[in-house]
Amino acid sequence: MGCYTDNPDAIAALVRGREVHRDVYIDPEIYRLEMKHLFANSWVFVGHDSQTPNKGDYFTTQIGDQPVIQVRHSDGEIHVLYNRCPHKGTKIAIDRTGNTGKFFRCPYHAWSFKTDGCLLAIPLKKGYENTGFEQAEGSKGMRAVGAVKNYRGFIFARLAEEGISFEDYFGGSLSSLDNMVDRSPAGRLEVAGPPLRYMHKCNWKMLVENQTDTCHPMVAHESSAGTAVKLWEELDMPEGTPLPPAMEIIAPFMSAYEFFEKMGIRTWPNGHGHTGVHHSIHSNYSAIPGYFEAMSEAYGEERAKAILGENRHNTVYFPNIMIKGPIQQLRVFIPLAADKTLVESYIYRLVDAPDELTARTAMYNRMINAPTSIVGHDDLEMYERAQEGLACDGLEWVNVQRLYEEDEDFDTETVENGTTERQMRNQFHAWVKFMTADMGPKETRSKEAAE
Amino acid sequence: MSLTRDDLIDFIYDEARMLDEGRYDEWLALWQKDGHYWMPLDYKQTDPIQVTSLMYEDIFMLKLRVERLNGARTFSQKPKSRCHHVLSRPYVDEMDNEAGRYVTTTFMHYVETRLDDQFLLALTARHELALVDGKIMIANKRVDILNCDAAFGNIQLLP
Ligand code: FES
Ligand SMILES: [Fe+2]
Repeated sequence: MGCYTDNPDAIAALVRGREVHRDVYIDPEIYRLEMKHLFANSWVFVGHDSQTPNKGDYFTTQIGDQPVIQVRHSDGEIHVLYNRCPHKGTKIAIDRTGNTGKFFRCPYHAWSFKTDGCLLAIPLKKGYENTGFEQAEGSKGMRAVGAVKNYRGFIFARLAEEGISFEDYFGGSLSSLDNMVDRSPAGRLEVAGPPLRYMHKCNWKMLVENQTDTCHPMVAHESSAGTAVKLWEELDMPEGTPLPPAMEIIAPFMSAYEFFEKMGIRTWPNGHGHTGVHHSIHSNYSAIPGYFEAMSEAYGEERAKAILGENRHNTVYFPNIMIKGPIQQLRVFIPLAADKTLVESYIYRLVDAPDELTARTAMYNRMINAPTSIVGHDDLEMYERAQEGLACDGLEWVNVQRLYEEDEDFDTETVENGTTERQMRNQFHAWVKFMTADMGPKETRSKEAAE
Repeated sequence: MSLTRDDLIDFIYDEARMLDEGRYDEWLALWQKDGHYWMPLDYKQTDPIQVTSLMYEDIFMLKLRVERLNGARTFSQKPKSRCHHVLSRPYVDEMDNEAGRYVTTTFMHYVETRLDDQFLLALTARHELALVDGKIMIANKRVDILNCDAAFGNIQLLP
């Protein structure tokens, strides 16, 4: 046991406003505590309900380091169960997706469970008669997570039995998810194909922070976006030639600092926030024929304009996802170790909207977020260099003080200059809160978390 | 003019060697203008447009990709990656000398390395080739990675 376990004061001391201690990124004990506390106390994204459309459909993933199954029960509701047989621990489902019919059946000794986890049957059950089996943990079947919420098709779970409610946790930040779903004339999204899976040898929080790091694109992505702009200029197309879709996607990465300053950053309580309050790199995509008409028909022209007028860039839902509403992309940063993160990038199709929109989103996903993507290469190089650089002794703090202000209040929504690092500070404020909410003896729990 | 099987097979070997030796200008010159390099994300994927792929790149994107490799501020290529293809003998699946259209399938092992890391991919490359003014050109190329659904780190060169 190191110095952080059951020590909320030591955890809180890692975050001191303008800077955070490197241990949050590199210390294996901190990683284990994040899994035990932070990922248990917060609401974590699991999957989309269109990944399990029919009764018995399941999808396996993990919440923090906990293997879970998202499954559609016989009553049509989505349940989230730990992926573990209560008998001897065997994982119940190994495929990423499948249909289990009316029940799960463990492949080891054939205990079976209803799709809400309840124990259904055990072969040769008489062997447990008069053994006090009813008292055993295993008699209750597969364990469910603490709480599940299906918000407009997006499944979130809280592992802890008790804690903050979904509504209190996300509050006003749900407006970004709303906007993403409202962009479908039917008000519904469907997952489009499997996600990209990209392994990063760095801490998961570096990825989350980078989502609102607006001072890196013009530097780190000069190699990809800058070269694209240069090649396009060399083609010397006649004035007014519309940019091809690939250029529409990549060129805005080279926008000047001023563009990012003016786009604005909004922060919400509990670590959520987004870039692109006023405009974003997604603002100037060309219109797809028939889309606005379909939206106007569904919502009325005024409301359709309002929905499509939002161009939020990246919305971070603390702890570990970001969404891009204008293009229906969701990226989940799954922590595997202090220095290892699996990034899965999903795209969704807007039900009843033209296919060209999905085509553009698929293009964005592969151009920007694939292991084969030149923009992805730029970013990963920076994360991995940071992870290695943090080993240096004598410089133990990471600086997050751009546009810092005294007495920042993270419990209120604010809009600031788009190059502020306030959202990173907001995340670390929430990080301390949910790390320490159930840590150590009751008296020493941080005052705020207990509120 | 009509091609022999050996002409096609030699072409496939020569192309792989260009990639391994980083002769990208020569490599780009092999492509027809409307060609696409497709690397599916899913096993037996049929649609490159409406779902995500690892790559689906036209000539502009391929040019951008290889140009970037030599950029002064391409930090992920400092130091540079190196790659190596090992081919088994290509199958000539379709051969239409009259139309000047050909299809080959080639199984390959691909190794890429940078700094202390090295990884191996097992590939199936499908080439659609065309005979244009006496020259073999790539009309389209599809590269399937055997474990396409696995999580990868950076794949920076061209498998
Ligand atoms: S381990 Fe599952 S039934 Fe025995
Ligand atoms: Fe980036």
